[in-house]
Amino acid sequence: MATVVWWLVRQTINVRPWIAQRPIDNVYGDGALSLPPVKVGLGVFLAVATSLFALLISAYFMRMAGADWTTLAVPRGLWLNTAALTLSSVAMQWTRVAARRGRIDGVRIGLIAGGIFTFCFLAGQLWVWQQLNASGYFVAANPANAFFYLLTALHGLHLLGGLWVWGKTTAKVARGVEVGAVRLSVELCTVYWHYLLLVWLVLFALLLSTPPRQSSCTPDTIAICGVTK
Amino acid sequence: MDGGVAMVVAIALVLLVVGSVLFHLLSPWYFTPIASNWSAIDDTISLTFWVTGSVFVAVNLFMAYCVVRYRHRKGSRADYEPENKKLEGWLVGLTAVGIVGMLAPGLFVYAKIVDVPKDAAVFEAVGKQWHWGFRFPGKDGVLGSVDARYVSDKNPFGMNPDDPFGRDDILIASPEVHLPLGKPVKALLRSIDVLHDFAVPQFRVKMDLVPGMVTRSWFTPTRTGKFDLLCEQLCGIGHFVMRGKVVVEEERAFQEWLSGYPTFAQSMAQVAGDAEAGKPLFAVCAACHGAQAEGNRAMNAPKLSGQGDWYLKRQLNNFKHGARGAHDKDLYGKQMAPMAATLADNAAVNNVVAYIKTLPDNPAPATLKDDTTNGRNLYATCGACHGSDGRGVQAMNAPRLSGMSDWYMVTQLKNFKQGIRGAHPNDRYGPQMASMAAILADDQATTGLVAYISTIK
Amino acid sequence: MSYVAHDESAFVRPAEVEEAELYHPKTFIGKYIWSQDAKVIGVQYAITAIAVGLVALVLSGIMRLQLGFPHTFSFINPSNYLQFVTMHGMIMVIYLLTALFLGGFGNYLIPLMIGARDMVFPYVNMISYWVYLFAVLLLMASFFVPGGSTGAGWTLYPPQAILEGTPGAHLGIILMLVSLAFFIIGFTMGGLNYVVTVLQARTRGMTLMRLPLTIWGIFMATILALLAFPALFVSAIMMTLDQTLGTSFFIPALVSRGEHLDYSGGSPILFQHLFWFFGHPEVYIVALPAFGIVSDLIAVHARKNIFGYRMMVWAIVAIGGLSFIVWAHHMYVSGMNPYFGFFFATTTLIIAVPTALKVYNWVLTLWRGNIHFTVPMLFAIGFIFTFVNGGLTGLFLGNVPIDLPLSKTMFVVAHFHMVMAVSPVLVVFGAIYHWYPKVTGRMLNDSIGKFHFWVTFLGTYAIYFPMHYLGFLGVPRRYYAIQNLDFIPPSAQSLNVVITIAALVVGAVQLVFLYNLVWSYFKGKPSGDNPWQATTLEWQTAHTPPTHGNFGSTLPVVYRWAYDFSVPGAETDFIPQNQPPSKKAGSTEET
Repeated sequence: MATVVWWLVRQTINVRPWIAQRPIDNVYGDGALSLPPVKVGLGVFLAVATSLFALLISAYFMRMAGADWTTLAVPRGLWLNTAALTLSSVAMQWTRVAARRGRIDGVRIGLIAGGIFTFCFLAGQLWVWQQLNASGYFVAANPANAFFYLLTALHGLHLLGGLWVWGKTTAKVARGVEVGAVRLSVELCTVYWHYLLLVWLVLFALLLSTPPRQSSCTPDTIAICGVTK
Repeated sequence: MDGGVAMVVAIALVLLVVGSVLFHLLSPWYFTPIASNWSAIDDTISLTFWVTGSVFVAVNLFMAYCVVRYRHRKGSRADYEPENKKLEGWLVGLTAVGIVGMLAPGLFVYAKIVDVPKDAAVFEAVGKQWHWGFRFPGKDGVLGSVDARYVSDKNPFGMNPDDPFGRDDILIASPEVHLPLGKPVKALLRSIDVLHDFAVPQFRVKMDLVPGMVTRSWFTPTRTGKFDLLCEQLCGIGHFVMRGKVVVEEERAFQEWLSGYPTFAQSMAQVAGDAEAGKPLFAVCAACHGAQAEGNRAMNAPKLSGQGDWYLKRQLNNFKHGARGAHDKDLYGKQMAPMAATLADNAAVNNVVAYIKTLPDNPAPATLKDDTTNGRNLYATCGACHGSDGRGVQAMNAPRLSGMSDWYMVTQLKNFKQGIRGAHPNDRYGPQMASMAAILADDQATTGLVAYISTIK
Repeated sequence: MSYVAHDESAFVRPAEVEEAELYHPKTFIGKYIWSQDAKVIGVQYAITAIAVGLVALVLSGIMRLQLGFPHTFSFINPSNYLQFVTMHGMIMVIYLLTALFLGGFGNYLIPLMIGARDMVFPYVNMISYWVYLFAVLLLMASFFVPGGSTGAGWTLYPPQAILEGTPGAHLGIILMLVSLAFFIIGFTMGGLNYVVTVLQARTRGMTLMRLPLTIWGIFMATILALLAFPALFVSAIMMTLDQTLGTSFFIPALVSRGEHLDYSGGSPILFQHLFWFFGHPEVYIVALPAFGIVSDLIAVHARKNIFGYRMMVWAIVAIGGLSFIVWAHHMYVSGMNPYFGFFFATTTLIIAVPTALKVYNWVLTLWRGNIHFTVPMLFAIGFIFTFVNGGLTGLFLGNVPIDLPLSKTMFVVAHFHMVMAVSPVLVVFGAIYHWYPKVTGRMLNDSIGKFHFWVTFLGTYAIYFPMHYLGFLGVPRRYYAIQNLDFIPPSAQSLNVVITIAALVVGAVQLVFLYNLVWSYFKGKPSGDNPWQATTLEWQTAHTPPTHGNFGSTLPVVYRWAYDFSVPGAETDFIPQNQPPSKKAGSTEET
């Protein structure tokens, strides 16, 4: 919201719109960002996704105050998965550099590496789910578990959406198109991967840092957080 | 043509403004007289009425003026003025002043509302679908701890049996609560199932009951009387009949009322009835209701076997104490009342009910041949309390229906609907059923519904 | 009506958007069914929304029958009454108003008014509509599943929404939540389009401060919706999990109908925070497009520039921003920390300042105007009157101590119907009378329109003004019947009868409006390209209705704002946005 306001201020201070004048020669509409629409679209979508994850995280904090909260023992497999996702992000970044420099071979290798690491991450997440399930932590076992499944599922779904674009781009590269034809897609994928890595790191940090038990509710307070005695 | 329309629009606007103001001034429909210390709330409302009312009149009359004055005429042309910072600044400033003028007093009043006086007496209101119950601290002045997991038919308040503070808590398993006049009280609000809301229009304050936590509200009753307590947070099908009464009375009367209710310890100590001792008592009943309590239509005596013991006890007590069977038009109820009176005391009631419980439960024969289609739809509402299988739910204070005498249910539904049953002030759970029976538009709906009930297995 | 010829010099060579890039559909199905043309998608959205809105209108009629004549109709019982209440509310707020303003008007007007050929992502735009339709069908399906649709109230508060004792606590609520999730996914696809199109696809010269206020309203509402809908999405998913898998996000340990359920520790208030974090911006998601559209209607039909355009834009932005920090004013008596009340009451009353400014500027636009009493103008005046009333009653409910006696009564129902049902709907009608000629090439019948206006405007006032007084009396909302309540005088029932009769009349008159829509499509007076002599770009197209690609071979170039009405020294009382400044013109023109 602040960004929107700032940008608006820039557009409107001292503008007297009722005065007619000839437009400045500008390829895009005056005041438009000089970016391709898809990139702006991705930016807006990331804002929506940020809202989604931020709300879930606030819900996580509010639910944490519940009397029955037990902290999730973070499965060790998650460290491995984090490494995989980081590598996929690095690979995507490498692809982007390759695309900028016009090296189609680099793009091909980078895309494939990025994809493989991403699939590793997703498979790893499923494996962690199974481990949790096997040790009796079903989704309804306790709220921390429920949040874990929900957050990882939503994050995974976002990645799957990214993989769809990745698939189309990789298929194009496999068909042997020019670098120019995939440069934008690679850029978009890279930004998206970095974003999802960031989201994952925040979620992971959240799971790791959750204190064993935190309650701000005293017996006679009717707190936002919920249960009182 | 625009001229004519302009006049019509302007006149309509002026009439609407004048009409609205007159409606407000002359309307008999306004807040019910206050019965608590919160007259500051009413003052804030009056203030807000003055401010918003003047804006309403001013803006709309000015618009009506513009509509006439600046209507399109041949050759007329509008002014050209993109903006007027000074005018807009003034308007914003004036609005801000008006807003502050309404908000500031409001916040001061609210500061008092959230600040519960230290000397406020505590009581607890417990909500569940769709009944109220109340709890007062006993001699120790402390309410015992509670938890949803302790709730059962025997312990409907969910009292912690191991908490010494709870043993002397006085439990009011009734939708009617009494409060002393002129003393600040803090209501602790608790729900054991869904959201409810504690609202007494005369007190002006209201607050939700939220399962899993305790909320609160405070007020000082300033007028004696009997006030309606309503649930105002949608809580399911029975929401509109989740009612209670708050009786405000002098301290002495209040203490007397309070002493008529059992403590938690007493309520747990109640002994079960003795079926053997009840057998001879039942001989009187058997004359009409049959030896197996299977019911006898010719005698207008319904089937009793299989009915919930809690319900039989409650109705016997109602008959005994005149809460039922006292209405002039309740022909058969008037016969039952003296019969119930032959049971000397609570123990006798418990014993005879215990005996009825031992009798075999065979479904009463269905006597209605009506179409059940509409009855099935209607039963969606009934099933909310009586259970979709019609076997009754004690926690909902809803007796068993399926397999019971259908002709009897028809009579009772009509009695409820016509105010013959459930209208007595001491019949605690009757009024709720009376409100529900009112949904049956005609006799056909009633028989269709009961015909459906007798098909439920 | 004079027709202004296009000034050839107003167009530049086809530089920005290549006409050849557009895929021109040839078949009927490609043109009207699987269409990627924003105009067709807009009409699809509008027709679907109005159709589903009619269902909700009928439901409200049934509710009014019950309240006006209780215990008369045996087909209405406490169980299905709640289902009618719930479905009426949810359909009207989400599936009608949100979809109609953003999906309908947004799609039709954004590209045309900013001088773009289409939305920037036409394919995604098409998918958006079909996902919306799917969500609508899911919702309608919930009427027919065992147990029926949910009766939890449109706020769907847990725990009761998913427990026995509420109608549709199984399939009904699940279908509702899934349908909402799909609606949000579909909306997000559309919303991305609206935002990016406004940001990136404006034609040359169309600076942000030259955008018509219609676009500003829709643009800001879309941003609000994109950021607020995730809250509803999250809560819908979490409640679905609570219902189906037994998680305890929102459900604490409780005893339902004597049975201990396997939940523990969840917080019903958490749901309410999430719901209203969406729910309050939702009010402005509906109101801001209405604010924008009505500004343009008033300017065009009063032949005067909108008064204080810059402040109008800033007010839209300020209202949008503030709408995210007022949500808990819906929760003063919810059991949340009572000290929050101070903050939320303050923010809520602050939001009244920019809103009041908008009202002043609408009235000041009429002042010294040259008011043509066309049907759109009548609806705009009706809107101002209704909105002033509804806005002022908001000052009652926003102030905590006043909210205590009034919340959860019919006063609330009357307030929000005035402010976010009748007001926006009056704008919708005004807008349809205004833009119908552009969509179809024919005018709507004027006499029917005036009749429609008077009955709707006066009728809705007769419904909702007295309803406030039921609220003062203390009549609770969502009550199937008010009976045996000592504090309610019997005369309140006569008020209910009046309200019901007014509601039935208003409902019936909407059929006349539908008739007008259909009749005028075939028999209406041909409108020409610019029947209202408006300045904005959609009226300057070469064809009416505009063809695919909107502006033919060349895009218009914009030289001025959208409100050059009655400019001193100009020949006509309006100058289209794409008319270049002339050297001899008055002082407001420069090159």
